[in-house]
Amino acid sequence: MMNRRQFCKKMFLVAGGVALPLAALELFDPKRLQAEKGGKGDTRWVFLIDTHKCVGCGFCVKACKIENEVPYDAKVSRTWVERYVVTKGGETLIDSPNAARDGFTSSRSDQNHNGLIDIKNEDIAKAFFVPKLCNQCDNPPCVQVCPVGATYQTADGVVLVDRSWCIGCGYCVMGCPYGVRFFHPVHHVAEKCNFCYHRITKGMSTACVDACPFGARRIGNLRDPKDPVTKIITTERVGVLKEEYGTKPQVFYLGLSMEVK
Amino acid sequence: MKNHVWRPLYIAIALVLLAVAARFIIVPSDFGVHERGYMYGWHRKSNEAEWKAVTVKYQTAKSCIPCHKEKYDDIKDSPHGKISCENCHGPRLGHPNDPKRLEINRARSLCLRCHTKLPYNGTLRGSMKGINPDTHYPQAECMMCHYPHDPRRQSHGQEVKR
Repeated sequence: MMNRRQFCKKMFLVAGGVALPLAALELFDPKRLQAEKGGKGDTRWVFLIDTHKCVGCGFCVKACKIENEVPYDAKVSRTWVERYVVTKGGETLIDSPNAARDGFTSSRSDQNHNGLIDIKNEDIAKAFFVPKLCNQCDNPPCVQVCPVGATYQTADGVVLVDRSWCIGCGYCVMGCPYGVRFFHPVHHVAEKCNFCYHRITKGMSTACVDACPFGARRIGNLRDPKDPVTKIITTERVGVLKEEYGTKPQVFYLGLSMEVK
Repeated sequence: MKNHVWRPLYIAIALVLLAVAARFIIVPSDFGVHERGYMYGWHRKSNEAEWKAVTVKYQTAKSCIPCHKEKYDDIKDSPHGKISCENCHGPRLGHPNDPKRLEINRARSLCLRCHTKLPYNGTLRGSMKGINPDTHYPQAECMMCHYPHDPRRQSHGQEVKR
């Protein structure tokens, strides 16, 4: 016959036995200890955008959509161009019609429920275009929140999504402070800019860089000190978006204005 | 130990073994912690190769030159020389086998991407030559007057013909 003391002992044993395997069955992996950031390798992809050169033609968006098979007429895009119109009254109007796929062919700014607003020429204090794409953060919050390991960062710093592994929970879409992620209308999984990984790993430029007639977009390798993009990033006055989030973005901007978010 | 302790224990052990076996079958062998550590590098390694294998559609303007030398000479010194051929003619993937011809886009909207006048002083766009599309010959194709490969030249019917 078992007394209460023995029963409690046995129960602890059983409970411990049941709880143990989940943690213990994963074999010790030395690579996990080496979870040192920065990593090795001689490639770290970075992007440089010169907002002074952008005219808002939108050829980058068109090329990106076709190159990366994002449905052309769907209201989603891996990259887009924003127009900022700052009035003399201090108001800022931001728009990106159809992700600027067809460029900016009107002075009217689409302000959603406020309709199309046309600022008179003499009321414009400044206006400019800002191309946006995935920042391939060094501390990508979208990767941290993925519960299944479907999104990850490669050794050369590009954040990819494994389409066969993504469960479509959308945490990463919510987790990205830059709003670059969306659901792919055909594959129904998370989708994002990956610096045209199939092109840059073959020695080509990204589709948007090749499409830009003005050299507003450039891609480079931060680990190569001779790379012209690296030289600009290390020696000139560049800025990044939402630095205060601690994501360490790897898309650098020349000529950022304080209105840009 | 008594039977009534062992019986549930057997079930618990069986469940654990089942979970381990299922994990062994379902999870690919290359799934694990890779270069960027546990927080950022936990993934299926072979997916990287899948992304690298995506087809390149835009094959760059350089790849057009060997066959279209005359078009290249036509455009290279023009203000439009910095525009990639594929921006207006579409991606070269498969050409010249399939498709045999790339598009010749005569739409006004193509030119208006840059040449809609926007009054943005101090920017490149503001200083570019532009028109108001609503008042500047709204019914006409730009190419009826302007030669797209070199806007400094006037278009002759001959040159824009296919």
